[in-house]
Amino acid sequence: MPVLEGKELRIVGFLCNWCSYGGADTAGVGRFNQPTDLRIIKVPCSGRIDPLFVVKALMNGADGVLVSGCHPRDCHYAEGNFYARRRLEIMHKFLPILGYEPGRFEYTWVSASEGQRWQQVVTSFTEQIHKLGPAPKIVGPEASDTLSLMQAAL
Amino acid sequence: MKFQKELKDSIRKALPELDVVIGWCGSFDPLHATPHFIRREEDIDKLEIGPLSVHNLATYLPGLRSKKVGIVVKGCDSRSVIELLQEKLIDRENVTIFGFPCTGVVDQAKIKKALGHVGNVQSCDISDKSVVVVVGDQAHSLKLSEMLADKCHSCRYPDAIISDYFVGDKIGDAVPAKADYEALETFEKLSIPERFGYWLKELDRCIRCYACRNACPLCVCRDHCAAESRDPHWLSQENNVRDKLMFQVIHAYHLAGRCTECGECQRACPVDIPVLMLKQQMNKEIRDIFKYEAGVDPEATPPLLSFKMEEENITEKDW
Repeated sequence: MPVLEGKELRIVGFLCNWCSYGGADTAGVGRFNQPTDLRIIKVPCSGRIDPLFVVKALMNGADGVLVSGCHPRDCHYAEGNFYARRRLEIMHKFLPILGYEPGRFEYTWVSASEGQRWQQVVTSFTEQIHKLGPAPKIVGPEASDTLSLMQAAL
Repeated sequence: MKFQKELKDSIRKALPELDVVIGWCGSFDPLHATPHFIRREEDIDKLEIGPLSVHNLATYLPGLRSKKVGIVVKGCDSRSVIELLQEKLIDRENVTIFGFPCTGVVDQAKIKKALGHVGNVQSCDISDKSVVVVVGDQAHSLKLSEMLADKCHSCRYPDAIISDYFVGDKIGDAVPAKADYEALETFEKLSIPERFGYWLKELDRCIRCYACRNACPLCVCRDHCAAESRDPHWLSQENNVRDKLMFQVIHAYHLAGRCTECGECQRACPVDIPVLMLKQQMNKEIRDIFKYEAGVDPEATPPLLSFKMEEENITEKDW
């Protein structure tokens, strides 16, 4: 969107089919105002999400990644989100070691009826990412800034 | 090593029942050892164990699953064997484990750094305190404690945890001299953007040889490794630091809750990238969250293969 060029950041959202995607839809149907930085990718279950998706997205140009699934005990597949919680929590702790601010990635639970909560999550996550600014890029035209980081580490 | 004879005797006793026993022997020069596959009685005499026995031989076990295999293990190697047993990648009844009390192994990279170059080594004598290496008619005396691998300074399991034959006297649970490694502390002082720069700088010299993966006893996917898969296409064939770093992240993440910090990845690295550090940091987080340590209990369930309805140490973000 050329109008928003420079104002928008790239945020990737991985949403489970049964709760969070429905929740985002509810928010849309209810015409709640939301920031437009988020691009949603629908997955069958939060347990389908390999935490490496998060790193892959960040390394390939995303500025933030949001993961959302059904509330614990509410998973369509009974226990997918319990496994996801452990995996995603480790990734959350691992990102700062890699050199990404921990706030660039969050995971949360939103049910299909919680349109209001979805609006709140998206708004506050987008704010959080805007506060952090664009993520360091490794390839592409912005890579030169990252090179200066490399020089600093030397 | 004083128990070397005892070890050879127990191997001699067990060998008729086994297809192969894996240990170490001398190699192309006196400074290096190489894995030694004992198939016949006369091979036993070549066996040598000591500070040069750096390799983690557990790496060979999953590939020899259908055979009756004997394996000589240090304390750290035995943890890899336990982890393989725990994941049912090897069968306990097909593996005979020979354990010994390990007093530490050398880090060849440190010796190379101290000597400048290590071509044409004439002899190498290792005593309790020192390493005397003769390179091109010139003798160099190095302190053994300074040449030991970093992992040995913080080793808590010098004796093999699991074994069928144990030779020598157990050292017992050692209290590590240094709680953490120096390199780790320096790294932890870096700010977050500096860490990113640090990894890019270190990984820039990676040649994508995947020696780290091949040496890793727990990298068992073989032909299905994410590094070479085109579907899903995790990594491109391009020569850029992004894919090099991404591979290390994949490796570290696939080892989450499994890595026993044997350090084979870093030892195998031909360009000395501190790849073990990623895994150590990951392990630290796992210890904090799940109070779990890999490779000590063959009956335990790895943290990522189980869950609790209410997690004690996970606090979710409040929006």
